[in-house]
Amino acid sequence: MTNFLTRLFRGQSSANHDPSAQGGEVPSRRSSGLGELTRLLKGSESLAILDLGPTSPANITHFTGLGHRVYNEDVLLAAQNPDYKLRNDQGGGINVDRFFQENLVFRNVKFDAVLCWDIPDYLAEPLVKPMIERIASVMNPKGYLLAFFHTKDAGPDAPYYRYQISGPDTLRLQRGPQFRLQRVFNNRHIENLFHDYASLKFFLARDNVREVLVVR
Amino acid sequence: MESFKPNEPGRSDIAHIGKSVVIKGELSGSEDLYLDGEVEGSIELRDHSLTVGPNGRVRANINANEVVVHGRIDGNISATGKVELRKSAVVAGDIVTQRIVIEDGAFFKGGIDIQKTNKDQGAARTSSASAQTSTPVTSVTTPGSSTAASTPAPGNRG
Repeated sequence: MTNFLTRLFRGQSSANHDPSAQGGEVPSRRSSGLGELTRLLKGSESLAILDLGPTSPANITHFTGLGHRVYNEDVLLAAQNPDYKLRNDQGGGINVDRFFQENLVFRNVKFDAVLCWDIPDYLAEPLVKPMIERIASVMNPKGYLLAFFHTKDAGPDAPYYRYQISGPDTLRLQRGPQFRLQRVFNNRHIENLFHDYASLKFFLARDNVREVLVVR
Repeated sequence: MESFKPNEPGRSDIAHIGKSVVIKGELSGSEDLYLDGEVEGSIELRDHSLTVGPNGRVRANINANEVVVHGRIDGNISATGKVELRKSAVVAGDIVTQRIVIEDGAFFKGGIDIQKTNKDQGAARTSSASAQTSTPVTSVTTPGSSTAASTPAPGNRG
């Protein structure tokens, strides 16, 4: 696993990288979902926050600076590991059981907030629902999950961005590896995906992204 | 405290473990250590610094004052001072420290818990009482050409 991570971070990923695009930034965007999450967490201390995106110094700084514990696990990156791919004689696809034996395993912590970003849009189909269920199992009741979903206007080549918190309701977007958009969820799909959770609140944005703040 | 620089002239007090060395077991010492080889077991340096070089591969829990990582660590890090993850670092494990610096490009999987000393807690209480506010202490530094985020011990934790 760590060999895979090392290769990946040396630019030898099996993902379809576009080196010219990596590291590029677009202007900051306002995030109503992040703003709402910030407001809800205000005044709390020593919360456990889980960031499922790529390692982000900005996000770690933001939350540790507020006195919270930050956990980082790049689920999308882990899912690229060829070790999880089933052979053709095994039916192909991805070994879901093994993936969840080795990822999103938290034995001594329950999270108060989870930053899911737009990972469900890019993750392999067999992993999406189990991931949401696994996250629910490691969240505290009334915990919050922030997720982004592309709208129908986004094409399959919609670039993958790393979301870096630059203010209470502001994100800086940085181009990451060129992961391919796997699907577009509509509102009904999103509600079904989070049907085990207590409530959902939708925020519409101008840039073909639908933000959702979910309460466990 | 300044960052540990293994090649700094005059730093003959730093122990070096070269990239061809493999150690299995408990590694302990009372001097700063530059590790570019492989260690499996545990590392105990207490009041001293550990630098894991770019070829360094550690599968161990680490206790030290400062830990600077250029290579790979599988294990938990406990530092009484500061942890720095440089851009080539790949770290899987939990980190407990007073301060952390992470360069853009570093990979980290695990948890980060910023601990503060009793002195910091006292200062925070005094600051809070006088200012009647709890502003998070956050700064961003740029060592060399890469971007890094520096997180001092927060002043608002109980």
